[in-house]
Amino acid sequence: MSDMSVTICGVTLKNPVIAASGTFGYGMEYNEFYPISRLGGVSCKGTTLKERLGNPPPRIAETCAGILNSVGLQNPGLDSFISTYLPWLKKQDTAVIANIAGSTVEEYCEIAERLSGTDVDIIELNISCPNVKQGGVSFGTSCESVAKVTSEVKKRSAKPVMVKLTPNVTDIGDIAKAAEDAGADALSLINTITGMRIDIKTRRPVLRNNTGGLSGPAVFPVAVRMVHEVYKRVNIPVVGMGGITKWEDAAEMMIAGASAVQVGTANFRDPFACIRIIEGLERFAASLGLKSIAELTGTVLEW
Amino acid sequence: MRYTQETGEILQKKEIAPGIYDITVNLPKIAKAASVGQFVNIYCGGFTLRRPISLCGFDQKLGTVRLVFEVRGEGTKCLAEYSAGDMLDVVGPLGHGFSMTDSAKKAVIVGGGIGTPPLLPVAEFYRQNAVVITGFRTASAAILQQDFAAAGAKTILCTDDGSAGYHGFTTQAFEEYLNEKGCDIIYTCGPRAMMKGVAKLALERGIDCQVSLEERMGCGVGACMCCVCATKGKKGMQYSRVCLNGPVFSASEVDWDV
Repeated sequence: MSDMSVTICGVTLKNPVIAASGTFGYGMEYNEFYPISRLGGVSCKGTTLKERLGNPPPRIAETCAGILNSVGLQNPGLDSFISTYLPWLKKQDTAVIANIAGSTVEEYCEIAERLSGTDVDIIELNISCPNVKQGGVSFGTSCESVAKVTSEVKKRSAKPVMVKLTPNVTDIGDIAKAAEDAGADALSLINTITGMRIDIKTRRPVLRNNTGGLSGPAVFPVAVRMVHEVYKRVNIPVVGMGGITKWEDAAEMMIAGASAVQVGTANFRDPFACIRIIEGLERFAASLGLKSIAELTGTVLEW
Repeated sequence: MRYTQETGEILQKKEIAPGIYDITVNLPKIAKAASVGQFVNIYCGGFTLRRPISLCGFDQKLGTVRLVFEVRGEGTKCLAEYSAGDMLDVVGPLGHGFSMTDSAKKAVIVGGGIGTPPLLPVAEFYRQNAVVITGFRTASAAILQQDFAAAGAKTILCTDDGSAGYHGFTTQAFEEYLNEKGCDIIYTCGPRAMMKGVAKLALERGIDCQVSLEERMGCGVGACMCCVCATKGKKGMQYSRVCLNGPVFSASEVDWDV
């Protein structure tokens, strides 16, 4: 069997499959299907300094090969994360990625600083949530603001910082480079693509928030293209996500340039999606006679 | 492991009213773990999300689950195309169900339209001590009346157009029944406006009332925070997960004004 472990920003994951933030809570629910110790890592629900109510429902709408969501970062806040969820998750033998979101640069810094004294393995800087009025994606859409929040958080964080990028930008490569130059240890992408659905009878948007973020198989080719573009522009590891549903998608994402992948929306249809992807990748790597799954990363033969 | 993904054969399928289907599926693991008021999440071809359908019944000895659903959109339309003999991929049992402790209590069960099916096992618990008030658009849309009667419950059928039974809304029939006979406990599932009306009467009279809510759902297990409803928390209004904290809530904890 090939070595399935991968190392991103100094943290070794037992395999390259991470459950994506916002689709997996803190892992407790899916741990009722299978031991989440089988995962390379869990990227936790986006955590803010204080508890957040989130947006009013409906928060989800199905689309062709995908979903729109407008949860709006409902979470119990940093104190609960540290006191309740993190201790449980650390016992599960999987890498813990704390996804953090703030309304101001200072909030991001404060959260990062407080997490520096905990057992989280990586901080994922969420500057790409499309569903909150303040902060979120507004930090992620210009090179200047990406550089600013990344460099400030880096000054205050003792943990590796992975910056999660939004696809809702003109040039993802420039944004990625700005994050790298500001000291990011890794990048993860893509967050959701902003979208909208309207009920033609009532003429009301299906989501109470009017707009939401598109995820699922529909966004996969966009994600592959962006991961590849970013891979070519930076020298730090790239964690690829966006619509990965089966092991072939995960392999494709790695070949495009990802060192590891995150799986989100696919968990909703198949609660065992991550496990099936890990097992598929194991077979694929073995069939190619790879010593390590990491050998796949960035091996696309472009025309 | 609290949750199961199980693939089972559809043993029976009937269209019990126009666009409303009654299926029995062989799902021994889910049936064994199920409790009244819970739901299952069903995969039907090609969609990104499963379809949550509440349990109309389950037989732990036979290892079967009964589901009654209405064709509402693309997903349920697809589900309606499955036939007896086909296999169904189901996750469950999910959610927090009805609490039923004392079958000697006088229970009133109020159901509206496709909200009626999850109430059948409640009536089967209270039997002759249950009064089931159900409402439908019209006589041909009425379902499960014989099943409720077979459970030993007294049934009061209401139709919006007066084509059968009581001409009017369930909330009117319910209020008249309460004024006349009273009861110890109330269970309801149906359109939100109906449940809000039932809850209001129950709360005014200090009668324990349990409501089964619905919301557009993502993961079905509590992880994604999509299917929330407004409830009254210690610190004011909060959003609770219909799939995990519900679908059954106490009427008093729901924030009906949101």
